[in-house]
Amino acid sequence: MNHDYEYTPGNAFTKWLDKRLPLIRFADENLLSFPTPKNLNYFWTFGFILTLCLVTQIITGIVLAMHYTPHVLMAFDSIEHIMRDVNYGWLIRYIHANGASMFFLAVFIHMFRGLYYGSYKEPREILWILGVVIFLLMIITAFMGYVLVWGQMSFWGATVITNLVGAIPLVGESILTLLLGGFSVDNPTLNRFFSLHYLLPFVIFGVVILHIWALHVTGNNNPTGISVKNTNDTISFHPYYTVKDLFAYVVFLLMFAYFIFYNPNILGHPDNYIEADAMVTPAHIVPEWYLLPFYAILRAVPDKLMGVLLMFGSIVVLFFLPWLDTMKVKSARYRPTYKIFYFTFLLTCFLLGYLGGQAPEGLYLFLSRVCTIYYFAFFLVVMPILSRYEKPSPMPIGISNSAINTDLGTDKNPALSINN
Amino acid sequence: MTNKTKEKKPTRRDFLYITTAVFGATGAAAVAWPLIDQLNPDASVSALSSVETDISSIPEGGSLKIAWRGKPVFIRRRTKEEIEIAEKEDNENLPDPQNDADRVKNKEWLVVVGVCTHLGCIPIADKGDFGGWFCPCHGSHYDISGRIRKGPAPTNLEVPPYEFVNENIIKIG
Repeated sequence: MNHDYEYTPGNAFTKWLDKRLPLIRFADENLLSFPTPKNLNYFWTFGFILTLCLVTQIITGIVLAMHYTPHVLMAFDSIEHIMRDVNYGWLIRYIHANGASMFFLAVFIHMFRGLYYGSYKEPREILWILGVVIFLLMIITAFMGYVLVWGQMSFWGATVITNLVGAIPLVGESILTLLLGGFSVDNPTLNRFFSLHYLLPFVIFGVVILHIWALHVTGNNNPTGISVKNTNDTISFHPYYTVKDLFAYVVFLLMFAYFIFYNPNILGHPDNYIEADAMVTPAHIVPEWYLLPFYAILRAVPDKLMGVLLMFGSIVVLFFLPWLDTMKVKSARYRPTYKIFYFTFLLTCFLLGYLGGQAPEGLYLFLSRVCTIYYFAFFLVVMPILSRYEKPSPMPIGISNSAINTDLGTDKNPALSINN
Repeated sequence: MTNKTKEKKPTRRDFLYITTAVFGATGAAAVAWPLIDQLNPDASVSALSSVETDISSIPEGGSLKIAWRGKPVFIRRRTKEEIEIAEKEDNENLPDPQNDADRVKNKEWLVVVGVCTHLGCIPIADKGDFGGWFCPCHGSHYDISGRIRKGPAPTNLEVPPYEFVNENIIKIG
């Protein structure tokens, strides 16, 4: 990014420091004076919200680990100990448990924003891919964390999900045994899940740093999808976006607080307050709400291996998005046809979430199949076809110039030089 | 030495590079294996892999559920009618064809691992369309021989290794 402004150390100490470890310069360039498109809407505040979600989970998680016991005989009781005996243990656990849901809510909005405004397109492919890596790590971490509670849903969720690995031909069973550390979900499984559940958030933190780094190389996308041309199009991150992000975060916290204080168990499953029993399966096994769409895809297929492949495929396909949608116009604002398919896709994802919580039979099963087909068709059929044939609607010349660009499909307009 | 001869003839340095790399890779693999193998079942888990149970108290048509390797095992004392049905249905269109006779050591006793071969839930006895077991998780139906008849499960209920120690005792594992 070109910016006219440069950090200059103010006093003798900062000058001395700047020559040895340019920490203040780094913070200034990346957090304070970082040039940001001036037209970002509230959908762009979720990156900031997500960073704070991660920090919240790490802090509450470290505290919970001080009181939790990762052993099959004591895990469930130690959770109750946290809830009843530990000072403010109920609060910390409810923040952590509902925090996971809030984290996923925010990440879904963040991803659907990227999908709408074409934030995965050139030159932000790596940025998008790192985001999908974070999403995948989040799913694994959340799943392992849910198992630690050692309730019935924890145990049977773990059994069903680890058994997915068993669907792999030939080596599946051996990998499954290796994963579980036994012949079924048991103490070795609980121990390693605890170890990894503690580790992975820090791995996520590392990938988040790469994600932000990649963002700061290419700069933000924006609602028009038109590239930033010059400093007229940007404002400094601080104070403009620090304030906007903080305001959005406070609103987000209000909703978060509603769940923590007024409805802390609404997003969980009551069966998880029954201790794990390897001899009794609950009548209806469901994952946490944020995994329901993927669960619906798994169950839509009558074949075990195909179901597993499609479920993983539904996330893997996201990695290839930048090369499936090659339309030069980024933002759906100027893509009338894409917009229709996009909102149908959004609806499909909601519907899959609903269907994932229903019994896989009759109409539910039929709808799951229709939705699964559309989920993949959106990426593999609609996107490539629209990239070739869709006619974008008229676009403005630039972020600061609302005059209509006559040269459609590109934002590199020679007329710009006149405006500058 | 010119560049050309260098390209053709491996030097002492090339030899050192390759041997160092091979030595390093072998070392890395030797260190990696214990780190991977520690994930496999340990001695205490493997030690629990056989159990003996008294089955004399099970009435005809009754069954017992015991734990083996952390999984339930169904021991069912089948009635004459159930045995007849199981043998007759050998000729049905089975997703995982297997004769009832190949699944039992003694026709009266059916011993199967009570874990659905789909995704590991425990099927419920005396439910489903085929008089055997029904898995509530994703709707797999098993018959009285523990064979999959309908639903997403790919294979029949697994028959564990077992033997009758004497008239009353069965040893599983």
